[in-house]
Amino acid sequence: MNESKEPVLRVTDLRTYFPVRSKGLFPKTIGQVKAVDGVSFMVHPGQTLGLVGESGCGKSTTGRSVLRLVEPTSGHIEFDGVDVTNLSHKEMVPIRRKAAMIFQDPYNALNPRHTVGAIISAPFSVQGVTPPGGVRKAVKELMERVGLNPEHYNRYPAEFSGGQRQRIGIARAVALRPRFIVCDEPVSALDVSIQAQVINLLRDLQDEFGIAYLFVAHDLAVVRQISHQVAVMYLGHVMELATREDLYARPLHPYTHALLSAIPIPDPRAQKQREHIMLSGDLPSPAAPPSGCVFHTRCFQAQDICAVEKPEPTEFEPGHQVACHFPIEEFLGTKEIIGPDPGLTPRLGADGSPTGEYEGSNDLIRELGTDYGAGPNTPIDPGPAIWR
Amino acid sequence: MTEISNVQRPFLEVSDLAVQFPTEDGIVHAVDGVSFSIERGQTLAIVGESGSGKSVTAQAVMGLINKRNADVSGQAIFDGEDLVAMSDEGLRKLRGSKMAMIFQDPMSSLHPFYRIGDQLTEAVNAHHKVSKADARERAIEMLHKVGIPLPAKRFDDYPHQFSGGMRQRVMIAMALINSPSLLIADEPTTALDVTVQAQIIELISQLQQEFDTAVILITHDLGIVAEVADEVAVMYGARIVERGSVDDIFYHPQMPYTLGLLASVPRLNEVRSDRLDPIPGNPPSPIRLPAGCVFNPRCAHQDQVADDLCRTVRPALQNVGPAHQVRCHLPATERQAAADLTLSLLGRPGR
Amino acid sequence: MSAYVVRRVISMIILLLLLTLVVFILFSLLPADPARLTCGKGCTPAVLEANRHKLGFDLPVLQQYWEFMKGLFIGRIYAADSPDPVVCNAPCLGYSFKRGEEVLVLIKDRLPATVWLALGAFILWLAAGISVGVYAALRRGRWQDKTVMGISLAGYSLPSFFLGLMAIFFIVIRLQLLPYPSYVSPFEDPIQFFQTMLLPWIVLAILYAAFYMRLTRNQMLEVLGEDYIRTARAKGLPERIVIRKHALRAGLTPIVTAAGLDLAGLLGGAIITESIFSLPGLGSLAVNSVNDADLPVIVGITLVTATFIIVANLIVDLLYAVIDPRVRLVS
Repeated sequence: MNESKEPVLRVTDLRTYFPVRSKGLFPKTIGQVKAVDGVSFMVHPGQTLGLVGESGCGKSTTGRSVLRLVEPTSGHIEFDGVDVTNLSHKEMVPIRRKAAMIFQDPYNALNPRHTVGAIISAPFSVQGVTPPGGVRKAVKELMERVGLNPEHYNRYPAEFSGGQRQRIGIARAVALRPRFIVCDEPVSALDVSIQAQVINLLRDLQDEFGIAYLFVAHDLAVVRQISHQVAVMYLGHVMELATREDLYARPLHPYTHALLSAIPIPDPRAQKQREHIMLSGDLPSPAAPPSGCVFHTRCFQAQDICAVEKPEPTEFEPGHQVACHFPIEEFLGTKEIIGPDPGLTPRLGADGSPTGEYEGSNDLIRELGTDYGAGPNTPIDPGPAIWR
Repeated sequence: MTEISNVQRPFLEVSDLAVQFPTEDGIVHAVDGVSFSIERGQTLAIVGESGSGKSVTAQAVMGLINKRNADVSGQAIFDGEDLVAMSDEGLRKLRGSKMAMIFQDPMSSLHPFYRIGDQLTEAVNAHHKVSKADARERAIEMLHKVGIPLPAKRFDDYPHQFSGGMRQRVMIAMALINSPSLLIADEPTTALDVTVQAQIIELISQLQQEFDTAVILITHDLGIVAEVADEVAVMYGARIVERGSVDDIFYHPQMPYTLGLLASVPRLNEVRSDRLDPIPGNPPSPIRLPAGCVFNPRCAHQDQVADDLCRTVRPALQNVGPAHQVRCHLPATERQAAADLTLSLLGRPGR
Repeated sequence: MSAYVVRRVISMIILLLLLTLVVFILFSLLPADPARLTCGKGCTPAVLEANRHKLGFDLPVLQQYWEFMKGLFIGRIYAADSPDPVVCNAPCLGYSFKRGEEVLVLIKDRLPATVWLALGAFILWLAAGISVGVYAALRRGRWQDKTVMGISLAGYSLPSFFLGLMAIFFIVIRLQLLPYPSYVSPFEDPIQFFQTMLLPWIVLAILYAAFYMRLTRNQMLEVLGEDYIRTARAKGLPERIVIRKHALRAGLTPIVTAAGLDLAGLLGGAIITESIFSLPGLGSLAVNSVNDADLPVIVGITLVTATFIIVANLIVDLLYAVIDPRVRLVS
């Protein structure tokens, strides 16, 4: 970790609200969607902060707000020690040389009427930078570096596959050797085998150029692969922030537990052994977030206080911060046994054949299951199964 | 006499299914000689990346491919009848009654202009002559079954008044409303958040047990396959390249493509190293499928095969276990060595 | 919903007021002197001045506008200080000295022919355009589709005067299948009415149907690729229900917009078609009034036509909400 060094990016109490306007002749602001609601984090040089959460949690808005592609409502964004929150567009230009973005959709993020060469060289012309040896040479080197054939300089995006287009987007982003890149779901539109290629490429570029990433994604496995630190977001709030090792091995927030356990792992026996926290219902609307802790309507740990008092992010242990009144220290979510554990007895069906269930784990789950829903904060929709 | 043959026949047996679309750029070989079978109460997962032909396979079974635009051949014997040879009207009568389908995007799969109740009762009325009240009752019962709160009230709501997860529940209710014996789920959770995905997978499994449904699950997500599948067919370049039980595929994989797929998935439970092991290159275009083995341009093992077989001869599906087949020219020992290497990378003991 | 309609009506009225003001100002900038046109051959400056005063053209533009607005709500007396004042009761759209008639009466006389022409053609072109469009979409890329699209392009590019004149020449003059067109009210002589209107209806409908065929075809092609159409088929619905109930309704919105505005536009007069078939409609009245610089009539017709279009817009928006439940009419 680089705690001693200054962070590349320091975000303090960032809030981005979108007004909800009535339609018609005289639109009025009738409410606010609190897309990002008081988020703080740092990104260190050459490191990756993964920002995970489900749709509508504000992770993408956070990424865009940090680069001022969306105007934040309040809070502070410091880039290399410079507060960029209130800089004018003109004053942002030199900052943009050091901070770039990679988008999710490789099909829409590239202008279909421009050649690949033109797309990748755009940052040079916008910033008025002439690399040694000329732009064309630099672009061809970039293409080579990201795994594209430099001879395809004059081709159009339509002639490339999804993975290759994402490489074009990456080449454009790293053209000016930025210190920091926001990657907004860069691999979620790609097939598994291509996804792995792009993740490796991003990782290599980071090692080579010392780029720091804010890696926004919904896939916790992808985030685990690439991040040094991970922040879990829910309805505009950071619920938990920790190093990768801590977050995946010892999650504290009930939501993190639920997220981790909801993702099936590609290992059938281990998957069948895993304990499963089934969250009920859907995400509440960010236009009308729940009171107190925003997660309390779906939380299996929730008690009276959770509906009233918002838990502040607290450092539970060094470098591991959680916003929860009742963090779970006991390990639940990703406990797994690889292959049938000799300590467990397979449960047999009526005909004597194995049912694929094992005695111990199922009992534990059933016991926990009885606790659920008894509290005053019973969710609106108790769904089919809570624990399995 | 058909009854006798039905006893031995699998519930659905697809053999040598092929779908070709003539286009201006050439013939698209979307599905090329696909065979599989499935029994009631079982789940078959068809895994593959985009363009591998898995969705087209499903649509061909459902008779959703417009035969004016495509050439469908082969056989799909469902409950004693061949779906490929069947008339449009015959297929229509089966669709929604004996076989049903749910789709990837619940946001766009329901008609935005009709109340969900009307869309559900329409599915009942398409196959049964029942009174309005009975159809309504059945629809509300199904909505209740799939976990829609206040079903009698939500009956009159429009799709846009539901969240994505709830819409997928409505889609499931609609698919299962006539108690089909075959359900095809085409990427049913890809558009959903993980916590909602877990609910939907759970729901499908529950209802599958209740109705004793055969489920064909089409997905690219190996985690979901590991969770729900009994049998797995791995598709690549319009063909099934490996087929077997879920344990065969995850613990005794044989085809280099399956190995590559398993190795390239980032893992939630462990980080092996900072680098993943991707399959190099890109999937083939369905217009210009490679000669020989479709995977040969990306395969690391083709130099272990004599006579350039991989580039010239199309490998046949060969048995490597009781119900485990693989389409590969690699000799058994080399194949096993490759598999052992990948499995050790994954931290799983080989056999 | 009703609050929405009230709000829309209010903004409609404001829009119409602004529109009349713009028309007033535009016409005051015209070089032609309307008073001169009412004056005749033996015109002296004194008579001209008197006429100008009588018509109210001696007032500043804004005051003319004010007088006009007053007339609309409380009536108006022209040349009140002269021996033969002209009384125009509310709602007074103005008075045409050229024709010696209230504008409202002139418009009322001419409106029926225009309305009949527009409505008949409207029904024909919608029926033909939508059904042929759907047919073409279902046979996309095949010879039926290509033929339909070819015919539609031809219909699209034929000028209406050519089509109208050819129709009269062949059907009326050469083949004598129909008598020479002479408009009567359908309540007076329905047979002659239909004989007169048939050709103008068809001529007008061909022009519009060509556009609606393409619109419907393209809409249908788009909708038929939607996921919910696949769902409808997966449910085992018969194809005709998939097409009529699921696809057509979803593709209807832009067709409704276009149809509403086209109908409203036609209600302001189909100038060429009316002239060719000598129909006494608003279109020919408008042309004559412009030639005569008959400002009161022009303002009146503009106002009536604009009202049609604005009302049609409102109706189209209300229909949206009926067709698509996602459209909410928020107050």
